[in-house]
Amino acid sequence: MSGVSVTAGPAPVNEAGNAPPARLDFEIVPRRGLIGVAVVFTALIVAVAVNALWPLMFLHVAFGAAWTIIDLFLGFVLGPILGRLSIPARIELTTKLMPKMVLIMPTIVTVALVAGWQLGDKTGTVLTSYPEHGWVVASFIVVGVMGVIALGLLEPANIAVLTELKKPRPRPEVIERLMKRFIYSAGVTGAMQIATLVIMTKLASS
Amino acid sequence: MNAAEAPVVTEPRLPPVTEIGMGSLALIVAGGIYLAAHLPRHVPLAPAVVLLALSAALLSANLFALSQVRGFHWQRLFEVARWALLAYAITAGLIEYAFVRDHLSGGALVVLTLSIVVYAVHVPMLIAFTVARYDTAGPTEG
Repeated sequence: MSGVSVTAGPAPVNEAGNAPPARLDFEIVPRRGLIGVAVVFTALIVAVAVNALWPLMFLHVAFGAAWTIIDLFLGFVLGPILGRLSIPARIELTTKLMPKMVLIMPTIVTVALVAGWQLGDKTGTVLTSYPEHGWVVASFIVVGVMGVIALGLLEPANIAVLTELKKPRPRPEVIERLMKRFIYSAGVTGAMQIATLVIMTKLASS
Repeated sequence: MNAAEAPVVTEPRLPPVTEIGMGSLALIVAGGIYLAAHLPRHVPLAPAVVLLALSAALLSANLFALSQVRGFHWQRLFEVARWALLAYAITAGLIEYAFVRDHLSGGALVVLTLSIVVYAVHVPMLIAFTVARYDTAGPTEG
């Protein structure tokens, strides 16, 4: 995976390359997006309370697929591209993409896991009596590793880079360090998602 | 200017908060997997309790080590931490709700609930620390 090579200076430069831009105006946490998050979490609570097969299957498959696809896309497609963009382009993409990721990733991960657990409990796939129990435990381990990386590295780097960009004079060297952390972590979780695909397709076909 | 000429981020020495935090999270995840992998059988709780205790000890050590840093930008840390705490309390609540809805009870529920508490405290702490360490008015020595 390509590294990030933000060059340093007192502040990010504009297209002309010689003057600091106006202070960037964006929300670290898009407040309008919180409505969508509330709707999704309400649907999750209802699905768990009703404990019917279809809503749980829908939430687990839809949000689990979104989690896998976003991780793979970020890790192997967008991450390397981001690392080769010019600084102004990278800053513009970052300030538009990362605030959305602050809401999207924790939401899809929580929904995929909670609905998946409830689904496994209902169908008996999380029980030791399930013939493919070893594969299910393997999925716990893969999700656990991804969770630790996402919670310990990805999410803090995401918030911190946005906070740095909100400052009157953001420091490119700080942004470079945090973006490297974000992109490398996304690459690792992307690779782990391939293991998720192997496990889930094995379980679905057994 | 190329990357080789770029100034590096110079910071005072800080405790390895992120590394310790990830270790703590890994321990509670391991405990959770141990319990989940044996359902519905009754399994000895001791391994999960030990993992939880170690994880909580790392959380305490992390909080203590950070509290010893002089001149850290505490205001920024608490500003970020309180919102992150709110967000992660909600996700923790959803996970706990699923456990209770599945009639999980007894020692396993206690261990998993305390594990979720460690998660809901440690992740916001990691987020707040990562933001505050790069604040321009940040630490002067550590």
